[in-house]
Amino acid sequence: MKKCLIDSGQEWTFDFIEEVYAEIKEVAEGEFDLNTYTDQLEIISSEQMLDAYAAVGMPVMYSHWSFGEQFIKQLESYKRGYMGLAYEIVINSDPCIAYLMEENTAMMQALVIAHASFGHNHFFKNNYLFRQWTDAEGIIDYLAFAKKYIRECEEKYGIDEVEMILDAAHSLMTYGVDKYKRPEPISAKKEEALRKERNAYNQSQLNELWNTIPRTKKKKKTEEDEDKYPKEPQENILYFLEKNAPRLKDWHREIIRIVRRVSQYFYPQMQTQLMNEGFATYTHYKIMHRLHDKGLMSDGGMLEFYQSHTGVVLQPDYHDYRYKGINPYALGFAMMQDIERIATDPTQEDRDWFDSQYWVGQGDPWGAIKFAVENFKDESFVQQYLSPKIMRDFQMFTIRDDEKDPKYEVTGIHNKNGYKIIREALAKQYNIGYTIPDIQVTDVDIWGDRTMTLQHFMVNKRPLDLESTNGVLKNLSFLWGGYPIKLESVDTDGQVRAMFDIKEDATIVDIFLDDD
Amino acid sequence: MAHIIIDRRKNEKGKSSVNRQRFVKRVRDQVREAVKKVIRDGDIKDIVGDKGKKVRIPGKGLDKPQFHHADSGGVSDNVRTGNDRFTQGDRIKRPPSGEGGEGGKEGSPDGEGNDEFDFHLTREEFLDLFFEDLELPDLVRKSISKIDDFAWKRAGFTVDGNPSRLNVLRSMKMSKGRRIALRSPKRKEIKVLEAELKLIEEEKLPFHIHANDHLEVEALQERQTEIIELIANLKKKMKAIPFLDDSDLRYNRWEKVPVPTTQAVMFCIMDVSYSMGEWEKEMSKRFFMLLYLFLVRNYERVDIIFIRHHSEAKECDEDEFFYSRETGGTIISPAIQLMKDIIDQRYPPSEWNIFGCQCSDGDNWGEDTGNVTHMLTQQILPIVQYYAYCEIDKSGGMDSDIWAYYEKVKESANNFEMAVVTDVSEIYPVFRGLFEKRERSVT
Repeated sequence: MKKCLIDSGQEWTFDFIEEVYAEIKEVAEGEFDLNTYTDQLEIISSEQMLDAYAAVGMPVMYSHWSFGEQFIKQLESYKRGYMGLAYEIVINSDPCIAYLMEENTAMMQALVIAHASFGHNHFFKNNYLFRQWTDAEGIIDYLAFAKKYIRECEEKYGIDEVEMILDAAHSLMTYGVDKYKRPEPISAKKEEALRKERNAYNQSQLNELWNTIPRTKKKKKTEEDEDKYPKEPQENILYFLEKNAPRLKDWHREIIRIVRRVSQYFYPQMQTQLMNEGFATYTHYKIMHRLHDKGLMSDGGMLEFYQSHTGVVLQPDYHDYRYKGINPYALGFAMMQDIERIATDPTQEDRDWFDSQYWVGQGDPWGAIKFAVENFKDESFVQQYLSPKIMRDFQMFTIRDDEKDPKYEVTGIHNKNGYKIIREALAKQYNIGYTIPDIQVTDVDIWGDRTMTLQHFMVNKRPLDLESTNGVLKNLSFLWGGYPIKLESVDTDGQVRAMFDIKEDATIVDIFLDDD
Repeated sequence: MAHIIIDRRKNEKGKSSVNRQRFVKRVRDQVREAVKKVIRDGDIKDIVGDKGKKVRIPGKGLDKPQFHHADSGGVSDNVRTGNDRFTQGDRIKRPPSGEGGEGGKEGSPDGEGNDEFDFHLTREEFLDLFFEDLELPDLVRKSISKIDDFAWKRAGFTVDGNPSRLNVLRSMKMSKGRRIALRSPKRKEIKVLEAELKLIEEEKLPFHIHANDHLEVEALQERQTEIIELIANLKKKMKAIPFLDDSDLRYNRWEKVPVPTTQAVMFCIMDVSYSMGEWEKEMSKRFFMLLYLFLVRNYERVDIIFIRHHSEAKECDEDEFFYSRETGGTIISPAIQLMKDIIDQRYPPSEWNIFGCQCSDGDNWGEDTGNVTHMLTQQILPIVQYYAYCEIDKSGGMDSDIWAYYEKVKESANNFEMAVVTDVSEIYPVFRGLFEKRERSVT
């Protein structure tokens, strides 16, 4: 038996971190066969943790007032004790940076290393979305480039000017992603080098696009259809603006590009929170147990661990004042454990539910879990792996809110009739294509007054929030050079349900109600 | 590549301070309203004190719009946990006022509502906004919010300096320590050698040595001389350790520290007759506060005496001063008399810098006004540093009972200042003379 490393209430030292890291690595790699980026552990103070929070967790970030707002809010609620600091932040980068707070006890440092430096790290390196969408190696350099570039712009053109562009671009941040095309890897150096070239090219493209004035007279209506622009609806609105907005300067376009790339970097995280947290929690749970088994952690340390762990995976009931929706740590962890159970010792119910999926009862829990980690995102993960047992354990039920119905309806509960309904609804809840309104650029009037038309493809006839939509459209109009903007909400039958018209800073909203 | 552990705790903190500044600038209008409220509701000392100020601003208006679904409308399904009573097909009453999808995934982005939120302005941020309202010139603003009057004060020791600042005691301490430190290994060595020598000398005693141990005796003798030489050498080396070395020298270190000049007392005199409404009192408060700010900046200790008066004068605490109301006519002289009495009893002018400031709407009992000016010129102005009168009158004033009289006082004294205040921004000019004088005397 090795000497006991972790006891309860014990303080950490640098030697301790080295030793415990080595032990955890031995378990994670030797026994669980996790495949991770090189780790970089950074010891920071709580103030620095607050700083890191505010800059969307990134070690380098450009300046913006909204990060200041974030910081102030977090500082205040931390001060008043409403919020403990999250004990870890981990960055999808290579090397994978994880922050350890100096206030943590020795047990907590071990927990964070297991959770972040092995759990999240493995997830970052292996999940298909992260592999396709983010460039772990280049992100820190790219952010450094972005920070420098934006600071230089502020010096040259003034903070207010830059802020206007950033504000406007931020409000379209979730529309800065190509959902189906894979982006190129980013590299700060290349970025800098290509910037000038790109500017020249952009300009020439723009000239091409907008060089229409002499031709308009010759054009006839019928020919205009052929020249419809864009040919296909564009979902990446920021990209579309960067390339096509008529009045933007080069540096405006570059800033839009920066916002777009940052947004893209976070895109996989938005879609995998449940799995990512679930997997990291499962990993730390397994590792901590192994440390205990090996005599490296005392029973007291284990108790301290459980106190923290059970807090993390707590799922309050819907009527509990603490209820804030489904806790991704709780459900994610439960589902990972459930996969382990089904892989090793499935019930008949599991066999029926999962049909004849090969991993059921195969006796290789880590294999099954790693396969899930690699090939799914939250939505498909729920679709694939949510079992009746989990729905029962969580006492899940679905509530339908239909505007035509004066009451809510319980459409499914945790019973035979309800399992599939719940699974469907929950998967949808994790589908950002469903939660974030689907809005695309469908037309630009390049022959006339340059009106940009967008369409909102409604799901279940859910309308947009009027006030915020108006705000976003004004920002959009600003980026579009002040030319008119139109937005139509179209339902699945192709009927226009609402129309926003932005012209010279005034907004007209028309809402078309159902006839029935 | 192997993992790395980095201690970042020494790295800069306050990475967010730029962002913070930008945020505060962004919400300036809302914060300004909040600051007004703080000024209205807080104690003078507290407001001006070192602590940050809590302000509450509405979360709305921080323009971060995002496309998102409305809270209700269309059809949406929501999965919840902890079902304890429902079965499929149950119908539940909607919560009132469209609070629909509460707890769901949607709602405003970032999970932020439009609720108000509180935060603490730093002292600098607060004073900045406070001054902005008062339209203080930059110079004055700087002189109040920053301390720039310094004196040299002893602050520990340094390893270099000029000879006149040499600290003998500390230097000798260092010297002694160094000598002990440098000598002790040699001393130890000597001790060992001496012990050996003693042993050799004992061994050499005849009864220890057999006749044929010649060789041994010789070796011992050799060693003996060697040791004696070694000891002599070491002793020489010990002597060579300098009594005082450059590295021992310590000099007194002096540090610039701000020095407020002794003590001051500030008399706040306010008319509390019924004609002074909320607005008038708020203006007065700002007026008093500005003087207080000036005083705490310049004096180590500042006492504030509150005197309220209508037809009678009374010393009271701040709360009563600003918030209780009385009715009745106005006679000013009792207040001036009370001020004089308090000075006589508690604040001898030889020890205290005395400042007076008086706020009123300008009413006075006709026959009293002569008294007041007489008392001011004869008894008060000769012993106070500065006396400021502030007439608060929305309509512009200057035709009040006492204005004309006070103008005469002003002509005869250079430490008297007066003004009519119809708006906050007009408060500062009353003190302009005071601040300008001070600026000159400081530089």
